[in-house]
Amino acid sequence: MTATDMASAPTPVRRRRGILGWTWKETQGFLFILPWLFGFIVFIAGPFFFSFFLSFTQWRLVGDIKWLGFENYAQLLSGEDTRFVQSVYNTAYYVVFHVPGVLIISFIVAGLLNRKVKGIAIYRTCFYLPSITTGVATAVLWYWVLQPNGLLNNFLNIFLTPLDIQAPNWLGSTRWAMPGLIIMSFWSVGTTMIIYLAGLQGIPQHLYEAAEIDGAGWWGKVRHVTIPMMTPQIFLTMVLAVIGSFQVFTAALIITEGGPADATLFLLLYLYWNGFRFFKMGYASAIAWILFFVILFLTIVQFLTARRWVYYEGERAS
Amino acid sequence: MAQQTVTVEPSDPSGMPTSVRIRTPARIRAMRVGGRVMTYLILWLGSFLYAIPFLWMVRTSFMRLDKLFEEPPQIWPDPWIWQNYIDMWETGPFANWIVNSLILVALGMFGQTFISIFVAYGFARTQFPGRNQLFVLILATLMLPGHVTIVPKFIMFRTVGLLDSLWPVALPDLWGQAFYIFILRQFFLTLPVELDEAAEIDGANLLQVLFRVVIPLSKPAIATVAVFNFINKWNEFFEPFVFIQTPEKLTLAVGIRWFRTQYGTEFQMLMAASIVSVAPIVIVFFFAQKQFVRGIALTGIKS
Repeated sequence: MTATDMASAPTPVRRRRGILGWTWKETQGFLFILPWLFGFIVFIAGPFFFSFFLSFTQWRLVGDIKWLGFENYAQLLSGEDTRFVQSVYNTAYYVVFHVPGVLIISFIVAGLLNRKVKGIAIYRTCFYLPSITTGVATAVLWYWVLQPNGLLNNFLNIFLTPLDIQAPNWLGSTRWAMPGLIIMSFWSVGTTMIIYLAGLQGIPQHLYEAAEIDGAGWWGKVRHVTIPMMTPQIFLTMVLAVIGSFQVFTAALIITEGGPADATLFLLLYLYWNGFRFFKMGYASAIAWILFFVILFLTIVQFLTARRWVYYEGERAS
Repeated sequence: MAQQTVTVEPSDPSGMPTSVRIRTPARIRAMRVGGRVMTYLILWLGSFLYAIPFLWMVRTSFMRLDKLFEEPPQIWPDPWIWQNYIDMWETGPFANWIVNSLILVALGMFGQTFISIFVAYGFARTQFPGRNQLFVLILATLMLPGHVTIVPKFIMFRTVGLLDSLWPVALPDLWGQAFYIFILRQFFLTLPVELDEAAEIDGANLLQVLFRVVIPLSKPAIATVAVFNFINKWNEFFEPFVFIQTPEKLTLAVGIRWFRTQYGTEFQMLMAASIVSVAPIVIVFFFAQKQFVRGIALTGIKS
């Protein structure tokens, strides 16, 4: 950036001036960005503010828009809408188990793959492909896997039958439906795993050698070299996983449709029903905004706490 | 990219000939062998666990419906029914879905990969007032969950009469995509400015610099973005699902669901349809594995 400044500085020739008093080069630069700016205004910023406005209104697509003030929010936040409360609880339940689970599984798999194993491409494919599989195909597949006599229970029965324990009816019970969806979500750890693998490969070998000289064993090296060096990747994937896990939709829609008895009613599913089945545009927008604020809040909290535990190379060591 | 420079073998700092190294004691060597055996065991078991649902899906797609519920389950389909795929093709508007998905992918790749190149170039190589503020705005939209804008978009497209078509899904994609712009800009910044300047001295304008210098040098990054773009558009679910109702107008990713509602129990067809929908991705993945891994690594490192 500064290089271009310096390059343009010595040319004494006066450039043509456009409407805004910009040089031709500046105008050109703006033109390059213009398509995005147009799309941003029309399809992101516009809808964003319109949605905020709608969240204070009542409108069912026909008739006049009725201004409600904070009524939608009051109804949602006071706990009057018990299904909303249920969907908040379900979503939180999912986030609490999904996020650490994905991070830990990805970390272990990446660690194993990083040990210069033979045939890494095959393992990588096995672990990665599920995460780029069409959402509906994944959901349909797991609907089948989670049946009472499905693949998972056939597998579990190997251990459970001798103990005389019955394998759960995953999708049919309010208690097991959510754990079922969480187990399913662990199938898609591929992206996180590859980010970790890249991170692991970037850790300089001499750090491990130094740790070995200091007498560190396997765990010592993981604890004092690998994990600290991986904190930027762990942080990044954590932020992404939290944002993503608040927006579970396809799985719940296809597999359980929120049931049984709202046990897998996620926030986004509830938003969808309000907006596009009951056509409560204002109410759905209010849900969207609460969801947005929760995600925003958690992301900001993560960024603020990051300073305490994320180690960036190149910054001074503290 | 940064990876490659890191993996260079570190030269022995002490300068000692390697033969002088003390031999590792037998106990420690045994532990290392044990560690490797464990590593492979866990990897085999793990990849088996991750692959088996796929294999199960393939198996089921070739089974006769009444055989699906047998106890204990059949491991190998008997009889083997190819007919399931033909039935699947004939029961739903399958050809329409594939065509619609391809249209969406083509428009998406034009609008997101191709346009993002221009925008990223603008951010990486030109100066104008407000440029940095706009870039921060792009980064901010990365954090914005898509669901916030879905209701207004629905209303917007309903007002102009474009609901129940591919337009509401395709139109917002034609203007570049924040994440791709970000990746490409980061990559363009790593290219030496001297090359641009040399071309400019030779009389090239900005567009010529972009097409003759920057794009040829950025093929790996552009390929990565294109591959991601393809997968994301092919798999897109939420927006087509919200905006399109008529079965013939759906995309494949949403259409598969139709088998579930229309033919609640015809799992073999559902599985066959799922396989058809996953197949292009598997193929793209096999041919572009490098782009994938590098692309994800790139995003992980640069942030």
